[in-house]
Amino acid sequence: MADTISASGALDAVSVTLTVNGETRSIDIPPTVTLLDLLRERFHLTGAKKGCDQGQCGACTVMVDGRRVNSCLQLAVMKDGAEITTIEGLGTPDSLHPLQAAFVKHDAFQCGYCTPGQICSAAGMIAEGHATTAAEIRELMSGNLCRCGAYTNIVEAIEEVMGAERAPKLEAAE
Amino acid sequence: MSNVHPYVGRATPRVDGPLKVSGLATYAAEFFAEDMLYAAAVPATIAKGRIKRIDLSAAKGAPGVVEILTHENRPEIPEDDAPYLNDMVAVPGSPFRPLRNDKVLYSGQAIALVIADSHENARHAASLVTAEFEVETPTVDVADARSTAYEPPVPRDGIPPPPPPRGDAEATFKGSEIRLKHDYRVAPEHHNPMELQATTVVWEGGGALTIHNKTQGVINPKNYICSVFSLDPEKVRVVSPFVGGAFGMALRPHYDLFLAVLAAIKLERSVRLVLTRGQMWTMGWRPDTLQTVALSADADGKLTSVSHHAIQATSQFEDYQEPIVNWSGLIYDCPNVSLKYELAKLDVSTPSDMRAPGATTGVYALEAAMDELAYELKMDPLELRLKNYAEKDGNDDKPFSSKELRAAYEQGAKRFGWSERSPEPRSMKEGKELVGYGVATGCWEAMMQPHSARAALSADGRLEVACGTADIGTGTYTILAQIGADAFGLPIEEVTAKVGDTSLPMAPVEGGSWAAASAGNAVQLACAALKEELLKAARGLDDSPLANADVAHVTFADGKIALTSDPEKSVSYADALKAAGSERLEAKGDFAPDGEFAEKYASYTHSAVFAEVRVDEELGVVRVERIVSAVAAGKILNLATARSQILGGVVMGVGMALHEESVWDKSLGRIMNANLGEYHVPAHADIHDIDVIFVDEEDKANPMGVKGLGEIGIVGAAAAVANAVFHATGKRIRELPITIDKLL
Repeated sequence: MADTISASGALDAVSVTLTVNGETRSIDIPPTVTLLDLLRERFHLTGAKKGCDQGQCGACTVMVDGRRVNSCLQLAVMKDGAEITTIEGLGTPDSLHPLQAAFVKHDAFQCGYCTPGQICSAAGMIAEGHATTAAEIRELMSGNLCRCGAYTNIVEAIEEVMGAERAPKLEAAE
Repeated sequence: MSNVHPYVGRATPRVDGPLKVSGLATYAAEFFAEDMLYAAAVPATIAKGRIKRIDLSAAKGAPGVVEILTHENRPEIPEDDAPYLNDMVAVPGSPFRPLRNDKVLYSGQAIALVIADSHENARHAASLVTAEFEVETPTVDVADARSTAYEPPVPRDGIPPPPPPRGDAEATFKGSEIRLKHDYRVAPEHHNPMELQATTVVWEGGGALTIHNKTQGVINPKNYICSVFSLDPEKVRVVSPFVGGAFGMALRPHYDLFLAVLAAIKLERSVRLVLTRGQMWTMGWRPDTLQTVALSADADGKLTSVSHHAIQATSQFEDYQEPIVNWSGLIYDCPNVSLKYELAKLDVSTPSDMRAPGATTGVYALEAAMDELAYELKMDPLELRLKNYAEKDGNDDKPFSSKELRAAYEQGAKRFGWSERSPEPRSMKEGKELVGYGVATGCWEAMMQPHSARAALSADGRLEVACGTADIGTGTYTILAQIGADAFGLPIEEVTAKVGDTSLPMAPVEGGSWAAASAGNAVQLACAALKEELLKAARGLDDSPLANADVAHVTFADGKIALTSDPEKSVSYADALKAAGSERLEAKGDFAPDGEFAEKYASYTHSAVFAEVRVDEELGVVRVERIVSAVAAGKILNLATARSQILGGVVMGVGMALHEESVWDKSLGRIMNANLGEYHVPAHADIHDIDVIFVDEEDKANPMGVKGLGEIGIVGAAAAVANAVFHATGKRIRELPITIDKLL
């Protein structure tokens, strides 16, 4: 690895190309930059939150190639070529994603800091398809802490979206 | 479109909701400035002693490093305490100031600040700073400091010391046949809001600073910074529109603010400092407290004496105080009461207010003891509470401004199904699990503070309501917008609420559950004043249809002022503004608590909390199956955000009962679990059904009848859970949290 360290001791920047919320973006960054810090400090996409920087709180959850991921535990250089969806890419105030709308409807947050992570995690969990009951939602969402204690409302919001997604499928099956 | 149904009182969705769910709400570390530098604080690795030597050589040579500040090379800072006491939430003592000298007062204290061109470079260089210490033996366990306990010589502003004794509790206790005396302890807790403590200082040039700081009240960091660094208040603005939770930890200015401003001034550059999650254990916390409660009663369950003694931890340099024992003199009716409150100094950072400070700790002990007394008497624990229902505040000998606790007990018990409880411990079981029911009372003072607010109507028909308070997730934006919408008959979408900016009308820090009543009434007053202004302008129109109308005779709705008796006669808001010759008309409202009323009445919120737990005895695992919290808290402004406040308090109460514990290593004086993996806050899987009831309660302490809800949800919650654990298992655990090891 000596060849990546310049005379000043600085790690040479590495070129990374990512698709973020549908837009291809290339940037030269040191290999020590996490995906979370890249999104927040360089791309100014501050929807992904830093709550612990060690994978314990889930506030930084984003979608990487369709899977929910703690972006604080990913070095950005390892995600070269990946497709990233952040909360900003999921929906906007004028055009909310069903999960975002359900969170507002059920008052599924208070301070709002864990919220983008909860919503991205819920989107990932629904895509995984393992949760069918409230108990399973609670279990599979337990990587996302909410200190304001909005858990019961979050589960209600997710259940509503899951129910709405299932309903057309059930109709089709009949 | 008029709002036929008023917004106030309804479950109106949060007006800041769409921003928050889209990731567009901006918190303190999410503002950007050109050429901004990043700072990282270096923590001391000892708990007590002095710095012999700091070695910066490796860090200075690291890439991107711009400056490293220590106590040896920092710019001059005031040595006197006075400038640092410009903090509304200061406590008696000598306030902590970072990089003051070579002394280490607690583990994790910042001993250097590295400033670099990127977050990564600052973090890396901070890891290269090393220090040699002269280590002294720290004391970090309040039980080890018990013999040094003292009554605080200077009471903290706003915190009443325990009332003098009434009757003779000691003699009564001694002469009683039915009596108990037990020690209780609640583990030290840290607030751990999800947002890290952070400050972004934007260097605006010419000495002007815009500061984005995680704070529960923008005025406080502004006052503090201007005073400590001798800055011109005209040139300092603090803007913190969103706060990612705080629960009391962001009331006082913390070292991130001090250090980020120090660096920005020294370097004349914008600086961002975000503390780490581990560093969230280097500031305020809910102090470890040793409590003893003694109760005696006659055979009917009437309390004959109550004694409550607490020894609470504080730091070596400040006498942090919270009301722990006072509740035991006012929740129940008892002629003989003795309350004592002491402090003991430890080598720790100063504790701070954490959700319902004092009450959370003290009411837990009282309510656990009341539960024990009920079993002693073979009496239903709810019946015991009703038997001793206080009709007045025994501490101050005043009637309550309102108290619908009896209705809360009744409605809560009914919703919960309390009557299905079988009295004996260990008598209820389902499958492999023991089932337990527990009840507890909650209480918190309904406080208010002077607040100013502004209301402004503009030509586009929009209303703005503004107050320099904070919304830390409490729903302040929304209730202020609701009040404004109702005042002018506007759809809430046409109202903008503003908080969290020192350019807005003055408000103190947001805490103690006083913001809803105080800011709410201030906005209501501002709207009333604006209505007068608008009507005055409308009256001034040529041939005005409202020429002789008084504000009592008109209705503000549908974008116009109309005579209530003859709605055909009206002036549109737009025409009234034109008549005023202005694009925007604004008015101010100043709210101050009614001192005379407070002389006559005691104002409190109350709750009745019912918990059902399931205990797997083989594993020692406790599951909180459901909780019903019935709350009497005056007028409820927004049923959705109010309910969320109670849910949040209950969840934190579950954490206190079962999970939360900051653990110090007694020999090193350092916290061993300063991370969210090992300091367990309740997660999704820990929380099942929570039901919230608001009972009707009319209160006259302020015009809107609001009492506040931020604290009451947590008070009593842990006691209800702990009491349910006893009912399930027959094991009385008097030290929270009730972890698996204590039940096995």
